[in-house]
Amino acid sequence: MSSPRTLFDKIWDSHVVLSRGAQSLLYIDRHIVHDGSFHAFNMLRARGLAVRRPAQNFGTPDHYVPTHGRSPADAATPEIRGMIETLERNLAETGIQRYPLDDIRQGIVHVVGPEQGITLPGLTLVCGDSHTSSHGALGAFAFGIGQSENLHVLATQTLWQTRPRTMRIAVEGRLAAGVSPKDVVLAIVAHIGAGGAVGHVVEFAGSAIRAMSVEGRLTVCNMSIEAGARAGLIAPDDTTFAYVAGRPLAPQGEAFDRALAQWRGLPSDPGAAFDRETTLDAAAIAPMVTWGTSPEDALPIDAVVPDAKPQALAYMGLVPGTRLTDIAIDRVFIGSCTNSRIEDLRAAAAMLRGRKARVPTLVVPGSGLVKAQAEAEGLDKLFLAAGFEWRHAGCSMCVGINGETGRPLERIASTSNRNFEGRQGKGVRTHLLSPAMAAAAAVEGRLVDIRGIA
Amino acid sequence: MEKFVAFTAVAAPYEPENVDTDQILPARFLKMPRGGGRHYGDFLFNDLRRGDDGAERPEFVLNRPEFRAARILVGNANFGCGSSREGAVYAFLDAGFRSVVAPSFGDIFFNNCLKNGIVPVRLDAASCAALRARLVARPGTEIAVDLEALELRVADGPTHRFEVDSFFREMLLKGVDEVGLTIGLLAEIEGFERRHHAANAWAAR
Ligand code: SF4
Repeated sequence: MSSPRTLFDKIWDSHVVLSRGAQSLLYIDRHIVHDGSFHAFNMLRARGLAVRRPAQNFGTPDHYVPTHGRSPADAATPEIRGMIETLERNLAETGIQRYPLDDIRQGIVHVVGPEQGITLPGLTLVCGDSHTSSHGALGAFAFGIGQSENLHVLATQTLWQTRPRTMRIAVEGRLAAGVSPKDVVLAIVAHIGAGGAVGHVVEFAGSAIRAMSVEGRLTVCNMSIEAGARAGLIAPDDTTFAYVAGRPLAPQGEAFDRALAQWRGLPSDPGAAFDRETTLDAAAIAPMVTWGTSPEDALPIDAVVPDAKPQALAYMGLVPGTRLTDIAIDRVFIGSCTNSRIEDLRAAAAMLRGRKARVPTLVVPGSGLVKAQAEAEGLDKLFLAAGFEWRHAGCSMCVGINGETGRPLERIASTSNRNFEGRQGKGVRTHLLSPAMAAAAAVEGRLVDIRGIA
Repeated sequence: MEKFVAFTAVAAPYEPENVDTDQILPARFLKMPRGGGRHYGDFLFNDLRRGDDGAERPEFVLNRPEFRAARILVGNANFGCGSSREGAVYAFLDAGFRSVVAPSFGDIFFNNCLKNGIVPVRLDAASCAALRARLVARPGTEIAVDLEALELRVADGPTHRFEVDSFFREMLLKGVDEVGLTIGLLAEIEGFERRHHAANAWAAR
């Protein structure tokens, strides 16, 4: 009998090509590139190398894309347009599967992967973006890499990796009304700290996680990187399998059944050992909001601004003791790979009830397919009636490099994942929160405790 | 990759924890090609280093006369967290930095450093704190990062041992090209791939 293994151990062990000391050459099943990945292609070309396995590589523009039109010509500047066109050229030249800007399947890499069935349980998946941790929600070992590593994968379909340590975070019990997966992950990051999981792969477990949809699990795994985790993981279960079934690139028919038989063996064995374990009480989690400039600076919405981190408070323009619900906001952004899937948009729309936005609010779906689905459900009408802007898919104000940034000193309630200084534009102040909290903030013009209205 | 045996330079202290790569290189500079006219090093810590008008902020550590020559940074916990942007490492490299010292690093930043010939030195939190305090008290202090001996030597001060994974240490010492090395293993990769795809048909493409 072999000893009990974790989900992570199983995926890792089945992907090691060979080892050299503490380094393992890990086989990479899927690789996704985006419009920021140009250095990797330049290096590939400069070295006269080819993409070794084009069929295992995928590309979609997201970071630089305009959200008010679907042509590269709609880009904010010629330089930004060049980023989108360069990706197009690189993908066309190398024969990598592409989802160009005018393709309904285009979107944020971490939305497109699961949606298209690029992401499957048990795979290794990498992308030149730190939030690749998202894909672990389906039980894949997925992590972000730099562009030298993109090059390495393009050329060899492998990566040299140090085996990370493992950590299990259990969230047990039921979430209260108005508390979403975003609140859960903000609570986790606040609990273990922005560096709390460095060097670890985190498996999220417990009844509250199991009760989540795949969309919710993606939100949780997405922000595992904000605790420093190498990757997030959730054991694949019937919820996962139902989500995967029928996806364009998932195995179909009998092939699916055979895959399913193997996937059922992936979850951590009873008694499998983790290097660290911690448990949170789901019922104790409140709607969360960040007050500072690190995602760990998150507090329940009924708290007050703490007397801590003076530099962060100075940047945020906040005074200790201020009630979070007294903070007025200037703008709202609903989108990003954390919260731009259909459930997120439904949760935001549900808060409107005919009310109007008091501040400019941008809603940016995660993919063309999410946009189409939202429109089929009439969510776009609700947003537009509330005075929100309804855009095409992309990263948009999450990082602002498509030109959509806030203005200096503007205070933005945002469903994205990073409240770093300057993240949404120079001098912009970001408060991270859930889609429902963001929509409520839009109609109130300040941060609100949605438990009073949800 | 440029090889790295030992590197000696003035070190600058950098106190904040959780320094994210957005601070090291703001996103709007990520469009720049490498090489050519524009230099990533010019934008290292750009928005902390310069005011809105582009003028240097004299109080920022790397702008202070005693640290202008600094080419090693001694930081704090979780240095280089956040975005995977390799541009943050290009910024250090192009500015002449070959080493960053901290109690812990963001995983992706750490790997990006190794792939670009920058040695990320993990040193315990107390030693890092003492080192930063020393750099403040005696500005201009030089540090030697000796990858051969795995020693960090502080001028007129203590010597610390550090660890670097032996695989990467070898590669850095010899300036071995990682992609070239892996391409030399293609036969093994192909063999693995055949077995892997036979055993997991659903994973094959
Ligand atoms: S939405 Fe934001 S965090 Fe996600 S991939 Fe795009 S820029 Fe990165």
